[in-house]
Amino acid sequence: MKTRDAIALALVQLRVQKLKSFFTLLGVMIGVMFLIAVVSIVEGMGRYVEEDFAGRLVGVNTFTLRRFNNVGPGGNRGFDAREARRRPVIRMTDVDAVRDALPAGLVPSITSETFKYASAPGARPRQVQAVATDANYFTIKKYNLEQGRAFTDQEVRSGTPVIVIGVEVAAHFFPGLNPLGRALRLGGIPFTVIGVVEKQGSVFSFSLDRLAIAPYTSPMGRLIRPAKDIGSLVVQAPNATALAEGIEAARGALRARRGLRAGEPDNFGLVTQDAAFGFIKELKGRLILFGTALPAISLVVGAMVIMNIMLVAVAERTREIGVRKALGARRGDILSQFLVEAATLSTLGAAIGIALGIGLAKLISAFTPLPAAVAPWSVAAAIVTGAGVGIAAGIYPASRAARLDPIAALRQE
Amino acid sequence: MTATGPGVAEPALTETAERRAVVGAAGGTPEHDWVIVTRGLTRQYDMGGEIVRALRGVDLAIRRNEYVAIMGPSGSGKSTLMNLIGCLDTPNGGEYWLNGTLVSRMSDDALARVRNKEIGFVFQTFNLLPRASALQNVELPLVYAGIPADERRRRAAEALTQVQLGERMHHRPNELSGGQRQRVAIARALVNRPSILLADEPTGNLDSQTSAEIMRVFESLADQGQTVVMVTHEPDIAAHARRVVVLRDGVIASDETRAQYAERVGLAAAAH
Repeated sequence: MKTRDAIALALVQLRVQKLKSFFTLLGVMIGVMFLIAVVSIVEGMGRYVEEDFAGRLVGVNTFTLRRFNNVGPGGNRGFDAREARRRPVIRMTDVDAVRDALPAGLVPSITSETFKYASAPGARPRQVQAVATDANYFTIKKYNLEQGRAFTDQEVRSGTPVIVIGVEVAAHFFPGLNPLGRALRLGGIPFTVIGVVEKQGSVFSFSLDRLAIAPYTSPMGRLIRPAKDIGSLVVQAPNATALAEGIEAARGALRARRGLRAGEPDNFGLVTQDAAFGFIKELKGRLILFGTALPAISLVVGAMVIMNIMLVAVAERTREIGVRKALGARRGDILSQFLVEAATLSTLGAAIGIALGIGLAKLISAFTPLPAAVAPWSVAAAIVTGAGVGIAAGIYPASRAARLDPIAALRQE
Repeated sequence: MTATGPGVAEPALTETAERRAVVGAAGGTPEHDWVIVTRGLTRQYDMGGEIVRALRGVDLAIRRNEYVAIMGPSGSGKSTLMNLIGCLDTPNGGEYWLNGTLVSRMSDDALARVRNKEIGFVFQTFNLLPRASALQNVELPLVYAGIPADERRRRAAEALTQVQLGERMHHRPNELSGGQRQRVAIARALVNRPSILLADEPTGNLDSQTSAEIMRVFESLADQGQTVVMVTHEPDIAAHARRVVVLRDGVIASDETRAQYAERVGLAAAAH
């Protein structure tokens, strides 16, 4: 018998016993549904972090020179507090050495940031993301200005107290007003608003529009970092190769400047996006593992239900099996008939589960800040799992059916 | 050797000597004309330690185009013989040649193939699949023969038309009368053009009028040259066949023409 005939036959059986079939595939359905939902959420978070977070917060193909290299739970391994305290801060002279050594095409930007309360007449003080940087920052961050302009190299050199703000800052402090030319105070010092960055949206419901960017040479620099400490140098490369070259150039230049001997470890940090997001990848892996272990239990239960139902089906249809054998069905025909039936049943369950899982993921992402992205591999995996569960559950009942003696089977009432 | 018990008339079929010769040539391939040849066929069952000898050496030769009834009381071994002839079972001893092929030593799957190609079964209880239409039921043997769907449908429809069920081919068995169901079963048995039509009590579940109708179908099939073997315990049904073989205690007790049989058991029905 051809597989197509076997599938057609299985679908007939399914149609005849709709309710029973539905209950049979419930286990597989629920298992696959949660599998898809969990993977979609985790995948969505991961993609969000990797694309949006990396692109918007850190920047693609960037590395950061800073005093320490600890970033998040993944980067803290082997952290030596005493060694860290001995590390010198990043000074202007360090930055100059590194900037001179960088290959052409790489864009460096002195950047430090923190949260500061800002104030303006007529509005409640509010925390903003205060950034002390140079003009390159706008290039690296790909910030387009909705209003006004970014500050110039000239303003950076002279330390003019000018500031570029995010749309949320503009809306809070200057509602209904043109913010350009107005004063925004940080740490009691007035900064003149010269530009507004267009809307950036949010990452994990953390708004990216609460910006307040001023030259690092302006009083903003001293508000954020102690004197002489530059904070960090962000360097953006056009591609991954240039990035690697840039990192090595920066390392070499700084080691030479600080007079580190060969074998001595770096007393500064060079942090890439990969390192920064290593922990997120690890987290994602764990979430997928735990998130799929639970639905897997449901799949095992689903498999047992299918096996049970198939055993009942074989018992109920003993006579039919006898007739089929009398008419020329070989063992393999009967075996494949029941295997295909079990596989069809559970693949259908998986298909319904995929639809429900995608729905559930969309529902979750619509009502919670969790993003969702349906991974194509998870759909393929769910289909394969569905068919696999059916075949695994069907083997024993099907082989029992195939081994039936036709005479005894025909005699069965 | 044709077993004949004492007191039973020596079978007077014209080709008896020839039949003896075919049956007696142990190990030799029968000529094309002989569809069924069994030589010393035995079958025993182990019923919880007790050996039941259902067949004790059956020598039977059936030519192409014969219409044979196998008779016998219950326990005579006729069902066992039918299962062996139908290739549903294998003997413990002896030979069974079907259409010039020794089938008594074949594997399960090879027997399935033989059943599919050579045997058309008609059962007492019809054994139609309840959830399939008449057409789908008739298609079944063709499915297992690996015939493409289009041709399958065409041939099944043709077979149903032959048994005057062309109008009802999309009906399910429970929408058909007993006689119609048995005709669907006959169409299914014939759709693969088997060497033998093997009927097991084909009228056992039918009233006498419907039985007569089914017997007329068999009659006309036999007239068209179909080899028919029918197992029954009803003498008046057996008398429709042209040759009657009676089994008793696992051996052939008599092997006669219809006329001889009817005369011996005093059946008026065989007068025609």
